[in-house]
Amino acid sequence: MPIEVIMPKVDMDMVSGTFAVWHIAEGALVEKGAALFDIETDKSAMEVESPATGHLHHISASPGQVVAVGTAVGWIYAAGEVVGAAPSTNPHPAEAETSGSAAPVPASDAGLPSRSGSDAVGIRATPLARRLAREAGIALEKIAGSGPHGRIQRADIEAVQNLAAAVKADAAPTPAPVFVTPAQADAAPATAPTGPVLESLRKIYAGREFEEVALDGMRKIIAARLTEAKSTIPHFYLRRDIQLDALMAFRAQLNNSVGARGIKLSINDFIIKACALALQDNPDCNAVWAGDRVLKMKASDVAVAVAIEGGLFTPVLRDAEFKSLSKLSAEMKDLAARARARKLALHEYQGGSFAISNLGMMGIDNFDAIISPPHASILAVGAGVRKPVCDATGEIVVATIMSVTLSVDHRVIDGALGAQFLTSIKTYLESPMNLVA
Amino acid sequence: MNVQTTPPRILSYSEALREAMAIALETDPRVILMGEDIGVYGGAFQVTGDLIDRFGPDRVMDTPISELGGAGVAVGAALTGLRPIFEFQFSDFATLAMEQIVNQAAKMRYMLGGEASVPLVFRMPSGSGTGAAAQHSQSFEAWFGHVPGLKVVQPSTPHDAKGLLLAALADPDPVIVFEHKLLYKMKGEVPEGYYTVPIGKAAIRRAGTDVTIVATAIMVHRALEAAEKLAAEGIEAEVIDLRSVRPIDGATIIASVRKTGKLLCVFEGVRTLGVGAEISALIAESEAFDYLDAPIMRLGGAEAPIPYNPDLERAAVPQTDKIEIAARRLVRGQV
Amino acid sequence: MTTLAKTETDNRPFAIKQFTPEALRAALKKMYLIRRFEEGAEDSYTRGLIHGTMHLSIGQEASAVATCMELSDDDKITSTHRGHGHCIAKGADVGRMFAEFFGKETGYCHGRGGSMHIADVTKGNLGANGIVGGGLPIAVGSALTSKRLGKSDVTICFFGDGANNEGAFHEALNMASIWKLPVIFVCENNKYGMSTSTERSTAVANIADRAVAYSMPGVTVDGNDFSAVAEALHIAIARARAGEGPSLVENLTYRWRGHSKSDRNRYRTKEEIEDWMSRDPIERFRAELITHGILDDASAAALLTAAEADVAAGIEFAKASPAPHVDDVTRYVHAEAAE
Repeated sequence: MPIEVIMPKVDMDMVSGTFAVWHIAEGALVEKGAALFDIETDKSAMEVESPATGHLHHISASPGQVVAVGTAVGWIYAAGEVVGAAPSTNPHPAEAETSGSAAPVPASDAGLPSRSGSDAVGIRATPLARRLAREAGIALEKIAGSGPHGRIQRADIEAVQNLAAAVKADAAPTPAPVFVTPAQADAAPATAPTGPVLESLRKIYAGREFEEVALDGMRKIIAARLTEAKSTIPHFYLRRDIQLDALMAFRAQLNNSVGARGIKLSINDFIIKACALALQDNPDCNAVWAGDRVLKMKASDVAVAVAIEGGLFTPVLRDAEFKSLSKLSAEMKDLAARARARKLALHEYQGGSFAISNLGMMGIDNFDAIISPPHASILAVGAGVRKPVCDATGEIVVATIMSVTLSVDHRVIDGALGAQFLTSIKTYLESPMNLVA
Repeated sequence: MNVQTTPPRILSYSEALREAMAIALETDPRVILMGEDIGVYGGAFQVTGDLIDRFGPDRVMDTPISELGGAGVAVGAALTGLRPIFEFQFSDFATLAMEQIVNQAAKMRYMLGGEASVPLVFRMPSGSGTGAAAQHSQSFEAWFGHVPGLKVVQPSTPHDAKGLLLAALADPDPVIVFEHKLLYKMKGEVPEGYYTVPIGKAAIRRAGTDVTIVATAIMVHRALEAAEKLAAEGIEAEVIDLRSVRPIDGATIIASVRKTGKLLCVFEGVRTLGVGAEISALIAESEAFDYLDAPIMRLGGAEAPIPYNPDLERAAVPQTDKIEIAARRLVRGQV
Repeated sequence: MTTLAKTETDNRPFAIKQFTPEALRAALKKMYLIRRFEEGAEDSYTRGLIHGTMHLSIGQEASAVATCMELSDDDKITSTHRGHGHCIAKGADVGRMFAEFFGKETGYCHGRGGSMHIADVTKGNLGANGIVGGGLPIAVGSALTSKRLGKSDVTICFFGDGANNEGAFHEALNMASIWKLPVIFVCENNKYGMSTSTERSTAVANIADRAVAYSMPGVTVDGNDFSAVAEALHIAIARARAGEGPSLVENLTYRWRGHSKSDRNRYRTKEEIEDWMSRDPIERFRAELITHGILDDASAAALLTAAEADVAAGIEFAKASPAPHVDDVTRYVHAEAAE
């Protein structure tokens, strides 16, 4: 059997790619792993490797053509294999689409003339996903599958439904969601090429001992997303020192009284709560960037970065402004544990308008974090350090100081607004009674 | 209500089988045991044990090393009114008796238009893991399961070993009982007295929501081990002990797959054209199809005879780690 | 039983002395019935009323009927693919046999078995068998049941010369002997296993010689001599009923027709076939009965006419019988729960 060469899904919200150029001619020999053709996605151009060694036949894509993910664009025949007519294949090329519209579509505008039944036959989707889509009136054609070969799974349908529910209130157009499912993280096909090609690097380091580590899916996703965030979001940075002594005393007192219930509040729990309240106090900062508009959120949904082996997740604590410290603490503990086990559900790490990244426990004094789109800001938290400070009366005293940096998306939040938000956070943390008042 | 509780009675798998045979010999004069070295030797795996002392050589009959003839004698005896339990020393030796099992025992009722009955039990110690290599380690469930007229069961616990053997004996048609050799020493709770486990009914050994693992014989225990490891990661596997290969309990599997959306079949026989293929097809053809959220996966025996070298032998059939990895990949949508 | 000893004053054949005139006439009638049944089956096959194939035993009637002379319905037989004669000899109704051949629901196997699996369990016929040697161990099992349950019945195991080279033959004879079971192995040696002669296939001159290896009596008789067969079986059955174990009886005979309907007789000569046809076992038996005053030409003709009437009626019954419903294709695979 010849091996199918398909238009790969190289980005999580990709449903089709623009074919750029073949590197191998019809009938020519190609090695497995060698560059076979280039495609242009919404975000970058990239090279696609040959899935097998053999001769390339039945080329069916030409430069500039828009090809649906999963569609065969050629076939690789093993040595000696008889080349007949092109094998039949399911997917068909998508109609040409303008860029930027490849995102999942909420159920509300997918119930149009129901095409999901008969027309969806060429789409890779699990039987369950097909059934759920059918029942919800969602057109499979407009959904990007997160499974192998772009297969649409239950999680993909549910993501569309969640998204639809989330944006319903604002009736706003849907932004491209930024999330990574565990499946995507492990199965992402590739990332945008960066830097010198591998061969030249190998030359540079020839003679030096090194080990080549292939990127896993999560690493590829992180690389792609953060490259995009750091290079497209106009970041600016606001720093402040926060004096923690009152908070630490308050925390000790609280832990004394709730300790019997098995609760131990961490500094981080207080920071989450402070940020949630600060977002309520500064509603213009509680927003996400949506391309041609801004979505102002009502609740304080605070994302918290959790390091896991081989990457990170940012689970979201929803409605954090209403939750007690002990509830936030328990929730955080659970989310972190399940993040490490890669057992988070999609809805648990999707959404939010703001994130916290805390490297204080690693002894880092301060750092600048990269915003995780579509959030408008992220708070980088350093370690609490005992150091001499000048108190209100001019006396030099020793205090516990925590340095924080707020990274802000200037498209959403301007400097003064950001400063006001950061001050609110500081105020809550330095007058901790207000956190429970 | 005053319920009197007694501590559970623990027997090994082979003791449970022996107890079933003893009950049958005691209560039904038509029952005889036949097989090679099942008498004074007590059976190659000591399953018949001391039964010859209790019931005598006329009812616990050592046969010559004549698998074809012995099986045929059992068929003839069953056809004319006895209830023989015929032990093959190893299931592999049943190949010598295929004629009598497949052409005669299985088809007699049908060929004779329902005018005859062959109530006969073939016991077959089977499976790998004992270092006995290619001709003493095979798993033929699918072979025999392919033959209309035969019923095929694979008890995985001492409780089921006794209950399924007694059910097989009560059945008016020939039943093949595959006994995994690695299970003979396994201990478990076994009720006293007579009871049967219904043929054709699977058992849910562990409830779960994320993936259905259908397993047979020793694989049930490996699947349960894998499920415990997965549970530590928050993955809840439902483990179904198939128990009967023919007839297959489709309803239980279908209901489970409708719940989990994912199916992993684990069995020791060679994967190609095996039990897993049958279960996969059953699901693909059932209403559970519309609930599948991932391709069906099968783990089965390698495309090779069972090898001698212990590492190779392990590699030739599914082990716990393989089951764990496969189930995790299924749940994570990596398949 | 004292009939074994031949007295000086009575040189009549064994059968004439052993059986009543009624029994002997009934035996001739059965031989006619077998002959006419098989001719009727052959004719029906030619007319397309029977599909598949069949193995005719025309020329072997004495072996079948004489072997079963002393059997009651409690005694068992296992039969072979060439089993029509055994079935009739054991008392089957030719109407239900034709119905089976015609694939009808009224047939002995409800149309599921056909010629090759014809059986009548109620008469002790455990069935013909499509596998050469298939019935041998089954017969031993049947005899084991008799012994274990303390019954006096015996099992006759019919098999052909071809089966004597199957492993099942040797395993079965050995087990029957070590357990002293009431079974009589009756080899109908018609000289050919399909096309291969016993000279070319079998290391011993007589198949009965094999008995020595299993410590049982073995005797070779003229299978077309009704009385010789009956006498050999009489001795063997008496031994079996006395608990002394099995015997092997070899009936030398000949099938006039080919192995099956597709046989073109390339392996034997016209002269050989005609030579055997000139020693027709039915004609020999009829002459013997007339010689000894058991019947005359007219009563023999009446027996033949009656057999022909039975066959004609049987074919009519079969033709008029209903076919099984195709929805019942899986019926009888397993016992029916509510039967």
